[in-house]
Amino acid sequence: MKYKDYYAILGVARDASPAAIKAAYRKLAQKYHPDVTKDPQGEEKFKEIAEAWQALKDPDKRAAYDQLGSGHRPGEDFRPPPDWERHFRDEGAFADGQFSFDEADLSDLFAAFGARAGRARGPVPVPGADFEVGVHLSLEEAHRGTQVNLELKMPERDAQGRVRAVPRTVRARIPPGATDGQRLRLRGQGGPGAHGGRDGDLYLDISLHPHPLFRPVGHDLHLDLPLAPWEAALGATIEVPTLSGSVSLKVPPGTPAGRKLRFAGKGLARPGGGEGDLYATVQIVNPTVLGERERELFGELAAASRFDPRGHFAAGGSHG
Amino acid sequence: MAERDEALWLDARRRLTIVELSECTGMPVSVLRELVEYGALAPADPRAGEWDFLGDCVASLRAAARVGADLELDVPALALVLAYLERIARLEEEVRRLGALLGQARP
Repeated sequence: MKYKDYYAILGVARDASPAAIKAAYRKLAQKYHPDVTKDPQGEEKFKEIAEAWQALKDPDKRAAYDQLGSGHRPGEDFRPPPDWERHFRDEGAFADGQFSFDEADLSDLFAAFGARAGRARGPVPVPGADFEVGVHLSLEEAHRGTQVNLELKMPERDAQGRVRAVPRTVRARIPPGATDGQRLRLRGQGGPGAHGGRDGDLYLDISLHPHPLFRPVGHDLHLDLPLAPWEAALGATIEVPTLSGSVSLKVPPGTPAGRKLRFAGKGLARPGGGEGDLYATVQIVNPTVLGERERELFGELAAASRFDPRGHFAAGGSHG
Repeated sequence: MAERDEALWLDARRRLTIVELSECTGMPVSVLRELVEYGALAPADPRAGEWDFLGDCVASLRAAARVGADLELDVPALALVLAYLERIARLEEEVRRLGALLGQARP
């Protein structure tokens, strides 16, 4: 078993008062709680902090922890002293043989310590744990629906009745209709219930990988639609990509930059059926490198055209 | 490998009874009723005899339940946490929407 210094984790002295321990825990929990922090290590840090708090907030558990001694270094292999094991076995903490000191983690030890009262009352239905996991999908996967394999650590009882976190692969079917930030509940796919309790649920927090062309807003998609200056000026028929193949678009002559074109039903599939829309915003893109002939033609156009793209500046300036 | 299928999108189209919401979030029905009293949780139709809730409130409620349990918060504090989590979720959604309109990759 690896030793953990719960006092050091909470940053308190070994003789700290319960109030000081609680204050230290609350301060750290506010900083590292995974639902609050943006720290990518927050979840791991919070687990450690919560484990220390669970052991030290209960006077019996704290007394038991203190009796393990203070001469160990964090991470060092250690074994509780023989009298410690005997004492707590005799007290009934681990009397039903569900606990092995050899294979346990320190957190398992204190969880087992706290569970004795419940076991004494006999089995009661215990619902399985819910799991909440983030799932990243491509736009195409979200649109068509997909299956993902999730590697979860689920609590399961072994033949001896001991609860262990067992790696388990859950294949989750994600129906069409996902979009960024959406949640899917998969009933009964969480941890198994015990003594007739219901199985837990699996909650998927969906996020979408950035797509090279499309940007989702809910179930609508946005696309930049680049046009050559002559396509915008003269009109053209062009191919516009969508998630379900390209569609032809007749660009009217004189189409300005920034014009938004809507393609009904060409967005992402919606959960209840139907699809969002695709919005294509016109961009007029100039060639960055001009050939000799292109330069000549642009020169002729510049000489012949009376178009003044900044004509409104003069009108606007007269007010100032 | 487990494979079962009972998928439920938790969005505004989905309505949940208060008992279903309690099951989804792990919050007792009495706490959910208190959150409604404090104005932190809104039923779809507050005048209805039996309250229904829109499914898109589940994510914030589950997060608030975790924070509340881990920090041992009372219900008024839980209501405040819930209000802030929902505000953050709305602002993040707005950032995503504006980013998409402006042609920016997601942060």
